[in-house]
Parts: sequence; C-alpha cells; structure tokens
Amino acid sequence: MPATEQRVLTGNQFMNGDTACAEGALAAGCLYFGGYPITPSTEVAERLARRLPAVGGAYVQMEDELGSITSVIGAAWGGVRSMTATSGPGFSLMMEAIGLAAMTETPCVIVNVMRGGPSTGLPTLVAQADVMQARWGSHGDIQAIALAPSSCQEMFDLTVRAFNLADRFRHPVIILADEAIGHLTERVVIPAAKDIVRTPRRMQPIPIPVAYEPFRAPDSTLVPLMPAPGKGIGAHVTSLTHDERGYPATDAPAHDRLVRRLYDKIALHTDEIIDVEEVGLEDAEIAVVTFGSTSRTAKRAVSMAREAGIRAGILRLITLWPFPEEQVRAVSQRVNAIVVAELNLGQVRREVERVSAAPVLGAHHAGGALMPPEIIFQSIKEAARHGQGNGRRSASDRPLTAV
Amino acid sequence: MARHEVRLAGFGGQGIIMSGYILGKAAALYDGKDAVFSQSYGPEARGGACAAEVVIDDDAVDYPVLTRPDILVLMSQEAARKYSSDMAENATVLIDEDLVPADAVPKCFGAPTTRIAEDMGRRIVANIAMLGFLTGATNVVSRAAMEEAIKSSVPEKTIPLNLNAFNAGFEYGQRSQA
Repeated sequence: MPATEQRVLTGNQFMNGDTACAEGALAAGCLYFGGYPITPSTEVAERLARRLPAVGGAYVQMEDELGSITSVIGAAWGGVRSMTATSGPGFSLMMEAIGLAAMTETPCVIVNVMRGGPSTGLPTLVAQADVMQARWGSHGDIQAIALAPSSCQEMFDLTVRAFNLADRFRHPVIILADEAIGHLTERVVIPAAKDIVRTPRRMQPIPIPVAYEPFRAPDSTLVPLMPAPGKGIGAHVTSLTHDERGYPATDAPAHDRLVRRLYDKIALHTDEIIDVEEVGLEDAEIAVVTFGSTSRTAKRAVSMAREAGIRAGILRLITLWPFPEEQVRAVSQRVNAIVVAELNLGQVRREVERVSAAPVLGAHHAGGALMPPEIIFQSIKEAARHGQGNGRRSASDRPLTAV
Repeated sequence: MARHEVRLAGFGGQGIIMSGYILGKAAALYDGKDAVFSQSYGPEARGGACAAEVVIDDDAVDYPVLTRPDILVLMSQEAARKYSSDMAENATVLIDEDLVPADAVPKCFGAPTTRIAEDMGRRIVANIAMLGFLTGATNVVSRAAMEEAIKSSVPEKTIPLNLNAFNAGFEYGQRSQA
C-alpha cells in the first residue's frame, strides 16, 4: 500500500493487525509518532513513517525508547495527538516516563505488542505476560488504562478509543496487544471519516483568568483543562508533586491531594473505560475469562466443551485496566467455576481470584505460540468436575492450576 | 462450506507470503467469507523454507492457527518435507511439478507453475500462476474474487502479466479437477 494523503482509509481492507493499529491512529487524528522500532510492533512504525508525513504529521525515529516516549509527551504538550509503539524490552524502558505522563497529566497512547519475556525473550513470538507491568510497572500510586485487542478490527477500533480515553482522562493509555494479533491479517472495516468518534481534548478557554491555575480541575471529572500551546499561556509542568498552579509543592497535604485526584479521576469513572464481551454465558456453568489472542483459542475450546455437553461461555476482557471487577464478580455469581486462560503464568488469574465468588482455575502457557484449544478444554473439563463434586466454593479456597 | 485450512509453502523469494495474502484477501473482501492470513519463516530473507497460512470460513474464524490443512500448495522440495506432515487425510495437494518430486507427497496434482511464468518472461509471477492452479483445482475461492484480489494487490502496470499467469495456471487446475 503506497503512502496516501487520505487520512482515513474508509472501506474494507485486508490488513495486518499492526497496520490496522497505525490506521486507527491516523483515523483518530494522531499527528506525531516517536518510536524505536522493535519486533513485533515494527509494522506500526513502518506504516506511520510512510503515512504521517503525507497527512501533515511527523514521524521521528528516536535514539531509544526513553527518547521515544518523552518525545510523545512533548508532542502532546505541543497540542497534537501523539503515540509510540513498542514491545516488552522497550516497554520496560518506557516505564519511568509513563509515570511522567501520568504525573503531568499528558494524554498519549503507548502500544505494546507483547512478545515472550523476560528480557529480549522471544523477539518474534507471542506472549501476554506484560499485564501486571502495564498496571504497576511505573512507581508510585499510579492508575492504568489498558485495552486488549483480539482481532485486526479491534487493533483499529481500540486505537481510536485509546486516543479518546487519553484525552478524556489526560492520562497515558496503553494498548496491550500481542504478537499473534499484531501479525495476523484479516478484514478490517474502516468507517467514513465523519463516523469516527473523536473526544476532543478539553482546552483552557482564552483569555485565561487572572489567577489561572492550570492544574485545578474545574468539575467532577477531576481533570484540569489543558492550556493551548503557543497562545501566551504560562503553565509550569513538572514531574515533582505540584500544587494547582503547577509549582513544586513537596509536602504531605499537597501530595495526598494531588495523588488522590490523579487516582480518583480514573477510579470514580471506570464505567466510561471498562468494556467486556460476553459470549454464550446465558446458560453457562463454566465461564472462561480471557483476553487478546487467547480469546480466539477460547472460542474454539468452548465449542469443544459444548460438543462434550459442558455449558461453557466466555467473558472477554477488552479493558484490562482498570480491572473489570464488577463484571467478573457478576459472572462468577452465575457460574459454578471460572477458568482464566492467558499466555502467562497467572497474572489475570490473580485479579479474578481477588473478586470471584466461584472457584478459579488457570489455563496457562508461558507463550511462544497461540495457546492450543486443548489446554483450555482440559481446564474447562476439570472445572466442570470440580463444580459438580464440591458445589459452590468460596473464593478463598486454594485455586487449582492446570498445566 | 465449513472451515478450510490452506498452507502455501516454498522458499523465500518465490512470493509465497504474497500469494497467501492475495488468497486471504480474495476470500475476505470479494467472496464475502471470513479469512485470516498468517505467515511463518526462518531468519533467511531468501532461500529458506517459508509458509503462508490461510484459514477460510463461512462463519467468523475463531482459532487462526492451522490444525489439519486440507489444501496444501508446495513450491519446493524442502517445503514439501517440512510442511506436509500434519495435513488432513483427504487433503488436496498441489505442487510445482518441476520443483517438487511427484512422489514427495502421495496423491498430488502437479502443474509447471514456475515454467509457465518463465515462458511469459517473468519468473516472478510463478506464485500467481500457482494461485490460478489452486483456484482451478479447488472450490475454496472464486475465480472472480481472485482476479479482483490480484488487481488490487500488484503494481498497476503488471496487472495484465499477473492475470495472464493466473489464467494459465487456472487452465491446469481445471484439468486436474476433471
């Protein structure tokens, strides 16, 4: 596909997941990409390197991931929608500056196309083991917003949504994709430009009031209005704990006030962020909780279970952070047992165990290939036996782990 | 039609990955089916064995990995050795008969796809000739959809060349089916 000046590639495309992510960014109005290409996210950078200049944006290949994410933060303060894309090793390097983006309330998007780790691990092969890093990788009482696409269509759709959430909450938003989806090619339906929903960044009206405080939230969103760059508005932006004026205020009351607001602006509005998909849960005795590429495997495993006479269904987590606690809890109260299927050794399972009213089993694999359906099917069968034999058990019971 | 699992294999440089992309695109965009395409290859850019995998289904494709390929396209001897062990019992196997020994895989149909392309003066379209052979020999994808997918995937000035290669391969395919 040659570079084109058309910003939104409206129509039916047969497109690689990473490419669909790049097209989602363009459709969302992204005008800056700063990155350090790394497999399996390289195609995001590759596509934007060709496409961004053609639509009036900028692509900069930085010297490393630290430069990448900080340039993305700078671009956001320069007034545009901005993003980067990376994988595990680069995501690790970006952790400090993701905290900087949270502390300075900088809207931006970070795409992590997950591969096998720790360290450089499996450069070209899938895993889903950065779930907790996305939540807790940066120090301090940080909040996280992370979305997990499970198809090329969602690589497009959730990238658009990530930019909207970033501007709504003035917070770095993470797309936690995985190699299997990033490198899959399938149909992507791109809507007309007028049908792409864009949440505007809320800007400080001009002229500014005499006692202008750039970090005072005007309403119950708890999100301050962003000062427009180049309009003569003086705004001090610091990574230190700051007061409403933006000046360093390194004392206990100011710190508690700031960190609580940064936390609550997300914690009090999770209903605007959390999205899940339920498949076949109406009559289910077993619920498979899963996300990303593993949900494709889970659909097959659930079909196998239904053929074997076990009523299984799927709760697919589209939003991973904030964790869909209420949704998982509600499903757990309707089923006999939950199976958590993921390409890691138990990261989402811990979260599910924390809130589930039903016993929780894990179907885990460390990665390197998509999880085979048989692993999840075995766990469903075990969960069905478990549910029948013991009836409802409490969440505090020791969880079982298959595999 | 239920789920079809197609593997196209050869060596890097033959256009195997491109042919998988075109087949998936034809099914997903022009035949109104669901299709996913993925690829596997070694570290070599040219010469190493590589494979393109396409799942085509009337319904949404859930698990995108091949489990029992029912259509196997082989364009090199190494690929025949490396990529044919997991095929379904009644799989349709199509080979480039000049590059893969006929006894490498039991019950296969051969066409001289690379020779067809060379006779047109451009060996580079051997993959498209093979797609023609596949389209003629199976009913996994329609001829019209493949022609649309080729036209929207190759450089504009090479469209006639590619369609000629496709049609030449298609004739061989029709004969194999009959």
